[in-house]
Amino acid sequence: MAEAQNLPAGQPRGVTGSLGAISFRLSTTVPGIMSAGIEKGELVVRTTRDRLLSLMTMLRDDPLYACQQVMDICGVDFPDRAERFEVVYNLLSVTHNHRIRVIVTTDETHPVPSVHQLWPAATWWEREAYDLFGILFTDQPDLRRILTDYGFEGHPLRKDFPLTGYVEMRYDEERRQVVYEPVDLVQDFRNFEFESPWEGILTLPGDEKAHADRHDIKRKG
Amino acid sequence: MSDVTLRSDTDIPDSLLPEEPDGEVKRHVVEIDSHALNFGPQHPSAHGVLRLVLEMEGEVVARAIPHVGLLHRGTEKLIEYKTYPKALPYFDRLDYVSPMCEEQAFALAVEKLLDIEAPDRAKWIRVMFAEITRILNHILNLTSFGLDCGALTPALWGYEEREKLIEFYEAASGARFHANYVRPGGVAQDLPAGLEERIANWARTFPQWIDDLESLLTSNRIWKQRTVGIGVFTTEQALAWGFSGPCLRASGVPWDLRRSQPYDNYDKVQFNVPVGRQGDCYDRYLVRVAEMRESVKIINQCLEQIRPGPVKVLDHKITPPPRREMKRSMEALIHHFKLFTEGYHVPPGATYTVTETPKGEFGVYLVADGSNRPYRCKIRPTGFSHLQAIDEMSRRHMLADAVAIIGSLDLVFGEIDR
Repeated sequence: MAEAQNLPAGQPRGVTGSLGAISFRLSTTVPGIMSAGIEKGELVVRTTRDRLLSLMTMLRDDPLYACQQVMDICGVDFPDRAERFEVVYNLLSVTHNHRIRVIVTTDETHPVPSVHQLWPAATWWEREAYDLFGILFTDQPDLRRILTDYGFEGHPLRKDFPLTGYVEMRYDEERRQVVYEPVDLVQDFRNFEFESPWEGILTLPGDEKAHADRHDIKRKG
Repeated sequence: MSDVTLRSDTDIPDSLLPEEPDGEVKRHVVEIDSHALNFGPQHPSAHGVLRLVLEMEGEVVARAIPHVGLLHRGTEKLIEYKTYPKALPYFDRLDYVSPMCEEQAFALAVEKLLDIEAPDRAKWIRVMFAEITRILNHILNLTSFGLDCGALTPALWGYEEREKLIEFYEAASGARFHANYVRPGGVAQDLPAGLEERIANWARTFPQWIDDLESLLTSNRIWKQRTVGIGVFTTEQALAWGFSGPCLRASGVPWDLRRSQPYDNYDKVQFNVPVGRQGDCYDRYLVRVAEMRESVKIINQCLEQIRPGPVKVLDHKITPPPRREMKRSMEALIHHFKLFTEGYHVPPGATYTVTETPKGEFGVYLVADGSNRPYRCKIRPTGFSHLQAIDEMSRRHMLADAVAIIGSLDLVFGEIDR
């Protein structure tokens, strides 16, 4: 696949050095950490919802980690998993120049403890995760929608939410107001499967008889 | 007017007046100290579609409640339905004042997951255009910030200078704004002949323009009256509220991703990181002015060190083959067709890749599942955290100061609302 023409891949740039030590220290000394490791040169820590707040407090206040900033909080949806949402916190320490990514899992009903007491910037990120995924946060006094329209229903970044949405908006000349109507597609929504048709097909169309024996064997087995 | 009945003592039509109660009229006097003021979403100094509900006590802001999302286009959802090459143009349309820096973040994220690295010339071009973009952004921000505070001339001068930079964009990519130029694996095409000299000539004259701008603003007493001591944010506040970029540096944190976590060829150029002390609007202005001077230095160093060579990786499963090869080689034709229909498959993994865009830390949290489309592409906009702090920043300030604060935060709603 990737030929030798590829230029040699560089070392993970920027954040290097002490990350391995941090990951070892976290996974050996801190209770409630499911895993801590380096993935693609970035430190990823997985923990549980009930341990989240104590871990986050430690990552902010312990001078070994000193994560003064939460740069980003976002959700990721995996509908096939038992707990479908991952909540991803990207923390940054400007004194140690390292980033720590903390991941917890949750579902539609189990709330995640809010970290807005630790970093006030978390409020809008949590509002966004609530708006786009429906992830709930406890002790978050301002859990309103933020990016979607006033009165929007549903959580658009969930994988089971259609790309076209459910309602569309237009200005009605007769009623002289903006009206919401169910989405009416003039052409069916086309979701192209880019998987190559030649991969995964053992029998090409028109070649059925060539493999007749093999099918027989399969049926017997 | 004859058919409208009017009560004798007013000229308001009867139908609009409340019904008069029968019998004794009870009168209540309600004193309201505060009132809410709706600022935007179509206000010129809201820099886009910011709706700000200001709770005022007289002319003093008691509380500022921003309403965002009026420009929400569902970019992250759309990207999940596009191949990697087709997802790139969305990044131009996020922060439409600094397009290439954002393309760079996505390109770096994809390169990290693909485990490839752009060739050296491509890296120099990226750094050079990232700095051109920085100047492009800062010119617009500083001059429109001036406009918000009543200084018209900087904006007129700035547009002329921006036009020159946009012509460099056009020469390199073919587009004035939405460049789609920095791509995973390199850049779209090599610089046209003569562009490097044109940029060098411009870089010689531009510091004079910065001096001119400063002569208009820096020691202007009206400008200082409007910005000094306005919207002061301490170091602790700026860190807690997730500030980055010039806003963080103005509050006294010497933090620049180009220096501390260098990407592309930023580790091979020398530049200073300007840092402010007061954390007010005036410092944010000064930091940006100083950054423009540093950007010119970086552009000059790029022009010195750039050498001829390939501008994209030679693996044509990731970058398109040259046009002339497609006319002769069947393999090149297949590569071209596959790349622009199916794209490439990115191995599973996740990365949070950041770049120092003119506004601050712009991050892309990219989750790949092995298919040719991103499973999740979270965009970390810079202005989101800055805007969130506006309540804290503008509290107990005058209404006109809120306008100056918005200008100094450098908000663009294309990226905040996504």
